This record gives sequence, C-alpha cells and structure tokens, in this order.
Amino acid sequence: MDLIWEGLRKALELLLRLDPEVLRITWLSLKVSGIATLISVVLGLGLAVLMALNEFPGKRLVIALVNTGMGLPPVVVGLFVTVFLWRNGPLGFLGILYTPAAIILAQAVIATPIIAGLGLAALQHLPPGLRLQILSLGATRPQMVWLLLKEARLPLLAAVMAGFGGVISEVGASIMVGGNLKGSTRVLTTATVMETSRGNFDVAFALSFILLILAFGVNTLLTHLQQRGRRS
Amino acid sequence: MRRFSKLSGFLALLLAFTATLLPAGPPAQKAVILATTTSTQDSGLLDELIPMFEAQTGYSVKTIAVGSGQAIAMGKRGEADVLLVHSPDAEKGLLVDGGGVNRRLVMHNDFILVGPANDPAGLAKLSTIQCLQRIAAAKALFMSRGDNSGTHAMELKLWKAAGVAPDGQPWYQQSGLGMGQTLAIAAEKKAYTLSDRGTYLALRKKLGLPILHEGDAALMNVYHVIEVNPARFPKVNAAGGRAFADFMVSKAVQNRIKDFGIATYGSPLFFPDAGLPEVEAGRR
Repeated sequence: MDLIWEGLRKALELLLRLDPEVLRITWLSLKVSGIATLISVVLGLGLAVLMALNEFPGKRLVIALVNTGMGLPPVVVGLFVTVFLWRNGPLGFLGILYTPAAIILAQAVIATPIIAGLGLAALQHLPPGLRLQILSLGATRPQMVWLLLKEARLPLLAAVMAGFGGVISEVGASIMVGGNLKGSTRVLTTATVMETSRGNFDVAFALSFILLILAFGVNTLLTHLQQRGRRS
Repeated sequence: MRRFSKLSGFLALLLAFTATLLPAGPPAQKAVILATTTSTQDSGLLDELIPMFEAQTGYSVKTIAVGSGQAIAMGKRGEADVLLVHSPDAEKGLLVDGGGVNRRLVMHNDFILVGPANDPAGLAKLSTIQCLQRIAAAKALFMSRGDNSGTHAMELKLWKAAGVAPDGQPWYQQSGLGMGQTLAIAAEKKAYTLSDRGTYLALRKKLGLPILHEGDAALMNVYHVIEVNPARFPKVNAAGGRAFADFMVSKAVQNRIKDFGIATYGSPLFFPDAGLPEVEAGRR
C-alpha cells in the first residue's frame, strides 16, 4: 500500500518539478493517441455512416466483422504491424518501424473498429423515419448525414471516448512497433512496463497516475463537448 | 459551407499534427538498430553507453531490448544491424546460418541461483548440478523465464546436465517475462530462480531473495557482439552496425564497463573481456 502513496507523491513531484523526460513522454502519449483517435474518427465514422445508410449484400457479415474488430487484442495488431513494417516486409519502404508514426498506425488500427462499431450502433438507433423527414425538408445528402451525426452526438462522442481510452491505455502494440526508445517512442504505458521490470515500482506508479490524470483530462473535455447544451 | 470550412480546418490540423511526427531526426542510414537482451537495458548499462556512441559517431541507436532468443531471430531476418547477446549456442547457430558475422567477445558476468531465505531445498555447498537435482528432489518451487532468452537457454542447459526434465512438473513454473519481473514473481512466491548477476544486483534491495549458489564455472554468462551480415541482407546498415561493434570492444568502453555499477551497487555488474581469447562459458 505504501508503494501506492509513494507513487502518488512521486507523480506529483515529477509533475510539479516539470521533469523534462516525464513531460516528453506524457506529451508523446497524448499526441500519438490523439492523432490515432482523430484518424480513427474519420475512418470509423465514415465506415459507420456508409454501413448505416446503405443496404448491400453481406452487410450483416461486415457488421459482425467490425464488431469483432472492437475486441482486437493490441498485441496481435502490434505483431501484424511489425511484420508489415519490417525492412523486408511489404511496407518496409516507408521506414517507419520504431518511430511514433508506427505507433499511430497500430493504434489507428485498434481504434477504428471501436469507433465504427459503436458509431454504427448509435446511427442505427436513430428513429428510422428521421432520414426521410430530413430529406423531405429539402436537405442535400451531405446535410442529411451531418444532421444525423449531430442527432446522435451523445453516443458518438461516447464512441470517440471508448476509442481514445482503448489506445491511450494499450501497451502491447506500442512496445512492439515503437520499441520503447528513449526520447523517441517511449510513451507512458511502455515506460511503466520498463520501470516495473527495473524494479522502480515508485516511478511505475507515478507514471500510472499521470496516465490516469491524462485520461481523465481528455475525457472531461470530451464529456463537456458531449453534454453541452444539456441540463442535468 | 461553414461545415466544410470546419472540416477542412480539422483536416489541416490533423496534417500539421502528423507532420510534427515525421522523422525529424537523422536520415534512415544514420539509424542503427541494436537488438539486445533485457539485462543490458534493465541494468542501466546501455543508458550510459549509447549516448556516448551517438555523440562520438553521429549515428542514432534504436535499442530494441528483448530476450536473446528474439534478438537473434531479428538478426536471422535482417531486421537489426547489430546484436549484443548472451546465448552462445544460439549465436553459433546464427553464424552457421550466415545471418551474422564477426562475433566478438565483449564482457561477462555470471549467473546465480537465488531463492527463499529459509532455503527449503538446502543448497549450501553444492555444485550447480547438485543444486538443481536437490530442488527437483525436494519439489521446491522453481520459477523459469520460459522466454527463450539467454538466461532461459542457460537454465535449460543446466537442467539437461543435471538429468532432470522439469517441464510439466507442478513445482516448475514459467513466467514468460523478463528477468526483473521473473525475480519479482519468484520473491512473491518464495521460489528459486536463475538470474544474471547484473539484474539481480540492480533489484536486490526490493526482493529479499538471497543468493544461495554462485561461483561455479558452469555459471559463466558471456556477452558477444555480432554484426548482421550485409551480404545476406542488403538493407542492413553495415557501416553503422560495424561502428557500434567496434565501439563496444574499444578501450574506452571496456574501461567504462569495468567501472559501471560500482558507485551504485558496490561491485561491478559486468567484466570487460574484449580481445581475450574466445573461451566458452564454464571453461574459465
């Protein structure tokens, strides 16, 4: 137990002292997972809209696949992305293995199905007549999509939060495709694993608390966005 | 139209954000991928040596700290430029296979048997082989790395020499994790385990697992540097890998290795060996 208090104290100390290494790791975590989430929002919501508004053969199969993808284990994604990015792999020419870009790629693969799956559920939950009603009022198709997304704002932002939560907390893919390189690809989760294996449990706890604070901060922001204009 | 300006603003932001992440550092051929064992990183040795190397040569090193098994597998596929490993039999396999060239001796330390303070199997004053036989006979809990690392390879070799097949026995458990975590698990479960001395010394204070057996010639732990063969893998950064290998056996670095850890742990963690005749673990 005292280790936890020690960790909390250390976290505050590292933050208040503005420890440059910790700040860099924290900022990189936020940047990498933030960009991965943004990419996943574009791809995932796009996919959700396509699936929600169109009928096509095999649609149920596609939905089942997306829903399965929501549970993709990060280490499996990490393994696949690593092998693709190897120098001698199919995407080796990009030369991005062991760089932040590789972590973003892997995290986008993890978050896209989460946002697509939850986003699709949110859109399908809207009253079925709504779309026709909007179109009959003379809206263009893009306007209609925009209104639908606005209407489903609450669950859609929940989907974004789930996607972000999934990637900021994962370690399996980040450590494999990033390599936990000091000053380059070390993020909060991989640093926590490393400090644990070095026996520096106080630092590991400190990093964990910083991660929790970060996740709380981002989710507070998104929740504010989500609940805007609502009275509770 | 407002919506589209919002959307394009968002995309512009995304692009700008991504641009900050593009490799701003040195070009690809300036990067050297070093695949190594966890002990060199967890002991803090590389944290001291890598910045030296980078300042001297202008290369930037990507240290991928995994078990020796995985490090050698990366070499076998040309996915690293240089290896720093301690699994002699697997290393020789890599050389025979043609994936690695120019294997050079860097340093050694030794393995130790640690376990619960009350020593239920009674290991005092035995040889390594007898210790393992005693653990097996007493069915005392033994925590194995089980991860193909150099330490794991050494442990399996010792069990074989002891004539014990521990696999599947209820007293024999595998963590599948690095040395630091395996030591922590062994401490928690009051189990015996085989550790390299460097990682053990770095963690000793937090463990409460005394050394129960040490000093046997069979427990020598030898580290070699191996360059990945550029003739086999054209994408390998041959010059960078060679530069790092030369650096590791250089006089300055060997002196640094000799002193590393004395200030913190009271004794050195590694002993420099570069240039000495190649001897196998256990014959020195």
